[in-house]
Amino acid sequence: MDVIILQVLNGLDKGSAYALIALGLTLIFGTLGVVNFAHGALFMLGAFCAVTLNRFLTLSHQVVDPSRTDFLGNPLKVEVRYIEEWLGPEIGGAIIDWSVPLSILLAIPVMALIGLAMERGLIKHFYKRPHADQILVTFGLAIVLQQIVKYFYGANPIATPAPEAFTGSFDFGVLLGFEPFSIIYPYWRLVYFCFAIVIIAAVFAFLRFTTFGMVVRAGMADRETVGLLGINIGRRFTVMFAIAAIVAGLAGVMYTPIVAPNYNMGMNFLVLSFVVVVVGGMGSLPGAVAAGFLLGILESFASMSAVIDLVPGINQVIIYLVAIIVLLVRPRGLMGRKGVMED
Amino acid sequence: MGKLYVSRRSLLKGSAAAGVAIAAPTIFTSRAWASDFTNKPTGSSVTLGFNVPQSGVYADEGADQLRALQLAVEHLNGEGDGGMMNTFSSKALKGNGILGKKVEFVTGDTQTKTDAARASARSMIEKDGAIMITGGSSSGPAVAVQALCQEAGVIFMAGLTHANDTTGKDRRRNGFRHFFNSYMSGAALAPVLKNAYGADRKAYYLTADYNWGYTTEQAISQATEGVGWETVNKVLTPLGAGDFSSYIAPVLKSGADVLVLVHYGGDMVNSLTNAVQFGLRDAQANGKNFEIVVPLYSRLMAKGAGDNVKGIFGSTNWHWSLPDDGSKAFTKSFGTKYGFPPSQAAHTVYCQAILYADAVERSGSFHPCGVVEALEDFKFDGLGNGPTLYRADDHQCFKDVLVVRGKEKPESEFDLLEIVEKTPAKQVTYPHDHPQFAGGELGTCNAGTA
Repeated sequence: MDVIILQVLNGLDKGSAYALIALGLTLIFGTLGVVNFAHGALFMLGAFCAVTLNRFLTLSHQVVDPSRTDFLGNPLKVEVRYIEEWLGPEIGGAIIDWSVPLSILLAIPVMALIGLAMERGLIKHFYKRPHADQILVTFGLAIVLQQIVKYFYGANPIATPAPEAFTGSFDFGVLLGFEPFSIIYPYWRLVYFCFAIVIIAAVFAFLRFTTFGMVVRAGMADRETVGLLGINIGRRFTVMFAIAAIVAGLAGVMYTPIVAPNYNMGMNFLVLSFVVVVVGGMGSLPGAVAAGFLLGILESFASMSAVIDLVPGINQVIIYLVAIIVLLVRPRGLMGRKGVMED
Repeated sequence: MGKLYVSRRSLLKGSAAAGVAIAAPTIFTSRAWASDFTNKPTGSSVTLGFNVPQSGVYADEGADQLRALQLAVEHLNGEGDGGMMNTFSSKALKGNGILGKKVEFVTGDTQTKTDAARASARSMIEKDGAIMITGGSSSGPAVAVQALCQEAGVIFMAGLTHANDTTGKDRRRNGFRHFFNSYMSGAALAPVLKNAYGADRKAYYLTADYNWGYTTEQAISQATEGVGWETVNKVLTPLGAGDFSSYIAPVLKSGADVLVLVHYGGDMVNSLTNAVQFGLRDAQANGKNFEIVVPLYSRLMAKGAGDNVKGIFGSTNWHWSLPDDGSKAFTKSFGTKYGFPPSQAAHTVYCQAILYADAVERSGSFHPCGVVEALEDFKFDGLGNGPTLYRADDHQCFKDVLVVRGKEKPESEFDLLEIVEKTPAKQVTYPHDHPQFAGGELGTCNAGTA
């Protein structure tokens, strides 16, 4: 029992990331009708917002400390961080410690701008082109963005730790009456899951309870009629693209303490997120979220050694296997609607 | 009446035999080192090919190797302070290049992928005229590039490759390995682990899913089982998995009280970080403290993993804090140029470049078969590992192995590992046909074609 709870918990953080990325993908597909292969790159750019802020906060200059020597026997040059110098080591240190959550404040405007620039500058010109063209151009854009990041930050993963307060782990086993150490779950992954739930709830609430959201939903259902009512639906859809970019970016920011980001991280998530969208049903927001968590948890179960012993290699193919079965049984995905991508 | 009757079949047989007879002298001349061989240097310079990972999970190691190789080139050409050339026991090198030819180099990116490594090595051999290939930080590419160099008729001086296969089942006459291997890690670590954690331990293995992972897992499990440990489970993990949490989470429930992470580079940083996040280091199992072991350690990994490495045992080929003259000279030379001490990856390729150049000088020719002969059973000292033998049977170097532990109180950002024990070469030496290395043949040396 405790093993099952452990794997469910363990699937939640990965599932959260899949769900957040897939949510943005579906949002863009449902509103603009564009298959956005650059969405993984937006996740990666979000993560690098956190890296950039961390770099910026830890800018330093060297001070020679003659009392100590380095490994060659020369006087030791100590790196002194400007922020600790200006604000004192306590406040400065705390700001650096909390740089990942602080990056959210940076990521929201940055990702919104990137989203707007992407949509207005490039993707707009591909609305009326076939899906194959859209896939090619967005995939190309993803590669360009990756290479730009690689040029500035190098190819190596960059460790970006969570705040000190969240570095430990939580013993769920004791809470549920099992032995100590039977269900251990790191605090930050818990934070990530809660964060994902808040973001998903916020997006759904925005679409359901605001006038803007109502118009967008109407536009998704029947773009032409909404346009005939004199509403500039194109502009609203552009805003939705920016929101999708922010969601992907925030997913990336908060993911950095879980896996050290590198320029290629988006691609790993992109492919899986597309499977998530397809399994959930093209254009269905609840489907994307449900499928994201479902596949994250399934992947986690498939990595159990008992399962791998039974079916070797299952951990690498489980998601695709499930996708095939779902598409055979329910060709429109779990919650897909009729008529989407079927013209 | 006898009639000479020649059938088509016997004519074919006859011409085949004649063909062999005509070809035979070439075989003999190549044994006697014909003047023609692949990429024979004709001008005033000679080109070496540095094939290192510049991207992928082992990119850190690759970058450090490139720094060390550039330093080796400087020293060979008589620039800089000479580094370990001053402490090296062989005095054949004069600081005027190799055989008077200025050393130049080209680089390739292995991307830590077998096909990419072969493609970049091939390009350096065919397009740039590289006469020797060195570098690399993974055993998958090392074995592949070694086979390629054998076919092409150039020398392969393996970089950081720790799998038994490189000088075991995949050994080649044209290939040489200075770095130690999985078997040696097991032989050196097992007694230390027994002393530290006792003989009654149950180990769980997470293993990188490629040749290095397999041989290391085998070597460590056999060696620790030899001192009384039990192996509970072995799980393969994909290279570059990123998040290892789904593999780490079940470990505490498995009945194991030791986790052996057969991961290297970025993968090890991630898996160890995950293991610490999941509380393994604070946990109790079977009434003992839960322990983690990392068979192959490097300072670069220790840096990436930060505080998580404290107190964790592993083995390493070399460490910059060693007190011998060679290590001191290399650390000084490297540290002055780059501002930080070299890694074991940097050290091994620097040694390989110097050893190759020295072998060419001693044989008096760039001919690969001459170099092979000069390196086989070559004994040397002064390159940071103490007295070392390049064994002719399998082209493996035999030298002391360092058992290290993550330092509890580092004095500087580079002071991350402490040397627990220097296991003498004798204790890690094995017959070349040991079961873990069986099935390989060096074959004959190949000088390629002009």
